[in-house]
Amino acid sequence: MRLRAFFQTLRAVLDEIFDESAYSRFLARRGMTSSATAYAEFLRETEQGRARRPRCC
Amino acid sequence: MSKIVRFLIWIAVAAGGALSIAVIALRRGESINAMWLVVAAGCCYSLGYRFYSKFLATKVLVLDPLRATPAERLENGRDFVRTNKWVVFGHHFAAIAGPGPLVGPVLAAQFGYLPGTLWILAGAVFGGCVQDFVILLFSVRRDGKSLTEMAREEIGKVGGFIAYVSILGIIVILLGVAALIVVNALKGSPWGAFTIAMTIPIALLMGLYLRRIRPGKVFETSILGFALVMLAIVGGQSVSQSPTWAHWFTFTAPTLAIVIIIYGFAASALPVWLLLAPRDYLSTFVKLGVISLLAAGIVLVHPQLHMPALTRFIDGTGPVFAGNIFPFAFLTIACGAISGFHSLISSGTTPKLIARETETRLVGYGAMMAESLVAIMAMIAACTMQPGVYFAINSPAGIVGVAPETAVSTISNWGFPVLASDMAALAHSVGEQTLYNRTGGAPAFAVGMAQIFSRSLGGDAVLAIWYHFAIMFEALFILTVLDAGTRVGRFMVQDALGHWWKPLGRTSWYPSILSTSALIVAAWGYFLWQGVKDPLGGINSLWPLFGIANQLLAIVALCVATTILLKMGRSRYAVVTLAPLWALVGVTFTASWHKIFDPNPRIGFLAHARQLASQMATAPKPGDLVRFMLNDRLDAAVAAFLVCLVSLILLESILEWVRVLSGRKAARVKEAQFVATRFAAEEV
Repeated sequence: MRLRAFFQTLRAVLDEIFDESAYSRFLARRGMTSSATAYAEFLRETEQGRARRPRCC
Repeated sequence: MSKIVRFLIWIAVAAGGALSIAVIALRRGESINAMWLVVAAGCCYSLGYRFYSKFLATKVLVLDPLRATPAERLENGRDFVRTNKWVVFGHHFAAIAGPGPLVGPVLAAQFGYLPGTLWILAGAVFGGCVQDFVILLFSVRRDGKSLTEMAREEIGKVGGFIAYVSILGIIVILLGVAALIVVNALKGSPWGAFTIAMTIPIALLMGLYLRRIRPGKVFETSILGFALVMLAIVGGQSVSQSPTWAHWFTFTAPTLAIVIIIYGFAASALPVWLLLAPRDYLSTFVKLGVISLLAAGIVLVHPQLHMPALTRFIDGTGPVFAGNIFPFAFLTIACGAISGFHSLISSGTTPKLIARETETRLVGYGAMMAESLVAIMAMIAACTMQPGVYFAINSPAGIVGVAPETAVSTISNWGFPVLASDMAALAHSVGEQTLYNRTGGAPAFAVGMAQIFSRSLGGDAVLAIWYHFAIMFEALFILTVLDAGTRVGRFMVQDALGHWWKPLGRTSWYPSILSTSALIVAAWGYFLWQGVKDPLGGINSLWPLFGIANQLLAIVALCVATTILLKMGRSRYAVVTLAPLWALVGVTFTASWHKIFDPNPRIGFLAHARQLASQMATAPKPGDLVRFMLNDRLDAAVAAFLVCLVSLILLESILEWVRVLSGRKAARVKEAQFVATRFAAEEV
């Protein structure tokens, strides 16, 4: 049970790091289903924010 | 678990930590096992987290689980999102973990493993983790405001301006140094250059797959990209062995520098998201994978450390970089102990994801501990090498000579025996022509890591694959830092210029994009070019400059933190931020003085310029000397400028502290108003 919870959390961490959660939230917020158009729209919306995010040394 | 059992467990942890540190510190003349470092780190971090961070959370900062965070109050499903604490922890760690904790300890290993290890442990527990934790919490209490905004509001306008200039300065110097590390890792290496070149079509392919075939499936796409990169690494061996192809992918350092400068400009100014976004994901994927693999490899192989605890170079005559153990060991290792840059992340995306105030402890303090552990692993990777090999790789030609015989003779005379035949065999086994004069830390780290990996998986037969895997990882990682940093710098310049003339502040106006991108790239490109042309390898001048800039930014962050603590009425506990603040003031100001005024030309920029001036009459190429002298004077001016700026913010902060403590100014913090959380009863 604990192992399952660990892997679920790990999956959630990876989803957040790789912006998959952000994309899911975007789809939910816009009431859209995943598609090439929706993803292109998501990238357009997040582009400015991503570009301003510093990477650490 | 009963209280007494818990008490006994913590006594055992403390005893284990004390024993391992005693072994690390007191063993002389015989090699020790790397696991002593791992156990010491594990015990120190456990004790630091359990006791010190709890003290900070309950007594100093008084975290309030009932106070709604901005992620709750301002939730918009985009920037402000209540997120599980472990997810925020992973996200924050991925953002703060960069090449710094890998490269810094490798360079500092020239003093031996002891000084760097002790600084990483103490610096993180009492400095870096505290800074990250405190700044994260204060940003959470201010709706996710940035460090610059907090400095302006809590200290004053000068504070805000200085924070802005310091951030820009550190970005420029960081990018110059980072690019230099890539150049030194890839110069004369057709295998490495081919692998990195291949990441461009691979990223484009990933971009198309991500947009057209499996929209939004980033993790899956990254696995695909990773498999292709591994194929490129294997294919790189054939390229390096083919005279025709090897010729096409063999670059000199200046050529690589020009290519990287063009790349940085294109990444900042052109709409190349199809390339950059997938590469960014790929880099993160590889980074997390390598860190996990390295940790597993060290535990599995538990190698011996061949580097002594202390080397003769603690006297400041080291070949990797010149300067005494104090302050230079503390400056060289920044990101693994305390890094000002982290305060930008702690006051950036992370505070907008925190669901409960109490979780800032795990995210801020805990993630920095994990970063510090990465630095310990890098130290182990460097110190498992034979010291002679380590110095042959990391010493510039200007110190040990160009010819292999001269280099091994010089290094052996230092008391670190190494044979030219051993170096040739090592270079051959990792698929390189030579490993001499590969300054910058990345190649040495790659050799150490490859040796650890090959001993746990594949043996000597795959040493070359692991070496190039490590080089690919570092170069990919640094190039991502480079393009992201250039864009961030460009936006900062555009924001500032927009106050002067509105169109320049428009981030979609092409003349502004091109001119500000060119400005930022020219700034870090200058430092890169200077490093490439430097006969001492560039790292000797630039890494300390980067360390000074980074630690000065930490001083700014700790000034902000102390000011807020005093205004909160927590003056009796202000020592928690004041102690690391004064330690860093001591380190950075002493280091800056040495780098500017030290009479030793290998340390002091001005002394070096004077030495060059005295050689002008007899120099075959006086033009080169004039350029080197200009570089020295510019580096001295940059260091002096940064120190003056930070002195101003320090002075302004002290005046503010005096005003607040003497009652001449009302101690009023500029926090967002208290709103009770709606989720008091639930676990996130």
